[in-house]
Amino acid sequence: MAKTRIIMTEKVVPVFPKGVRLKFDKKRKQWVVLAPERMFVLDEIGISVMHCVDGKSNVDEIVDSLSKQFKAPREEILDDVVEMLQDMADKGVLDE
Amino acid sequence: MTVSIEPPLAMLAEITHRCPLRCPYCSNPLELSKRSHELSTKVWLNILDEASELGILQVHFSGGEPTVRDDLTVLIKHAEKKGLYSNLITSGVLIDKSKLDSFIDSGLQHIQLSIQGADSEVGDYIGGFPGGHQKKLEVAQLIHDVDLPLTLNAVVHRHNIGQIKKIINLAEKLHAQRLEVANVQYYGWGFFNRKNLLPTREQLMEATEEVNKARDRLKGKLVIDYVVPDYYARRPKACMGGWGRRFLNINPAGYVLPCHAAETIPGLRFERVTDKSLSEIWYHGSAFEAFRGTDWMPAPCSTCDRKEIDWGGCRCQAAAITGRPDATDPACELSPDHGSMNSIAQNESKPSQEQFQYRRM
Ligand code: SF4
Ligand code: SF4
Repeated sequence: MAKTRIIMTEKVVPVFPKGVRLKFDKKRKQWVVLAPERMFVLDEIGISVMHCVDGKSNVDEIVDSLSKQFKAPREEILDDVVEMLQDMADKGVLDE
Repeated sequence: MTVSIEPPLAMLAEITHRCPLRCPYCSNPLELSKRSHELSTKVWLNILDEASELGILQVHFSGGEPTVRDDLTVLIKHAEKKGLYSNLITSGVLIDKSKLDSFIDSGLQHIQLSIQGADSEVGDYIGGFPGGHQKKLEVAQLIHDVDLPLTLNAVVHRHNIGQIKKIINLAEKLHAQRLEVANVQYYGWGFFNRKNLLPTREQLMEATEEVNKARDRLKGKLVIDYVVPDYYARRPKACMGGWGRRFLNINPAGYVLPCHAAETIPGLRFERVTDKSLSEIWYHGSAFEAFRGTDWMPAPCSTCDRKEIDWGGCRCQAAAITGRPDATDPACELSPDHGSMNSIAQNESKPSQEQFQYRRM
């Protein structure tokens, strides 16, 4: 984790840091994020957002692609997506 | 109501009881397993196969000191192959650069490094291992250099809880992501040394305040896990997330336990992975069935609306304090035995002149 809090603004490119993994749990048939001594089960939106984290796309581009994917206007999903990314960053599950 | 049995999420793999340190609060049993009773590499590889099949997602390699075994790299590699997330719980004193590299190349995802104090003076005294603290600082630096996430684990008690502020500063300086401030769990060696380890109420209140201040200051930079010790709590913790619900523990001799201290509970029979499949033990083992769900609960738990939140608390603690493993955890204010827990805290937390006893084989 960086020494300062990461703020997920438009140009930030989120990545999974070492020790964090997105995994499909075959037994329970759900996507999970495995992180140091914790795990999160993702809901459908969460999965879509996390799948956009590819180490290349910035927050802006992630919002664009989700807006296309869900055929929802950009402004409508922007806040939710940023909030989710920020929450994940605060939990140490995303880095920049 | 019967709660349906879910597959376990995590496994604590206690691959050995051997350890160069001698912490007086070690949660290992007083009767430590000898090297000659340890499971072979082949058996552990099988266990990892079974674990992944059973639905386990995370494996915590622990002990004793897991790095005393020279097959740890092989085990980590196999866990990785099976899609298991592996974590190493270590005192760090046996790790050098090449060992660390081999763990990481094998797929290790995270390290939890213990410290026994904020500096060499306290740390080496508590751990009973001269030079240990300095070694830990070096290992933390190595971990940071390769960018692996680090959790620093500090077990606190009467002799080091006053260092809490310095411990938090150290965690920051060592670039830890998480700091786990764990109050001693009073079983195993900890139970044996309880009267020389229990902190006073004042010490705890001070520490809690320091932690809360630091949490605000460090939001988004360092996560601090801190739980008030049971002896001063009003409600129990959901021990292991509920008995037989999420975790299983395999001890060095291959016994499968619902929690690492379960052997302290009289009357339970444990089974070995070398005799039965992990799945059979998880779903049908008598020790797992004993306190799974809520059917076994006595009053006041049986009618309490928190029974599926804390699952009646810790069985080991109930057994240790009340002598009845199926009693409500005395850490709970609603337990008829809560008073005895309070008086233990009051009587035993007074600074005594006596020295604690180091753990020994
Ligand atoms: S608590 Fe101390 S003595 Fe026990 S295994 Fe851990 S480092 Fe070793
Ligand atoms: S009575 Fe039992 S279920 Fe209720 S809070 Fe206490 S320990 Fe938990």
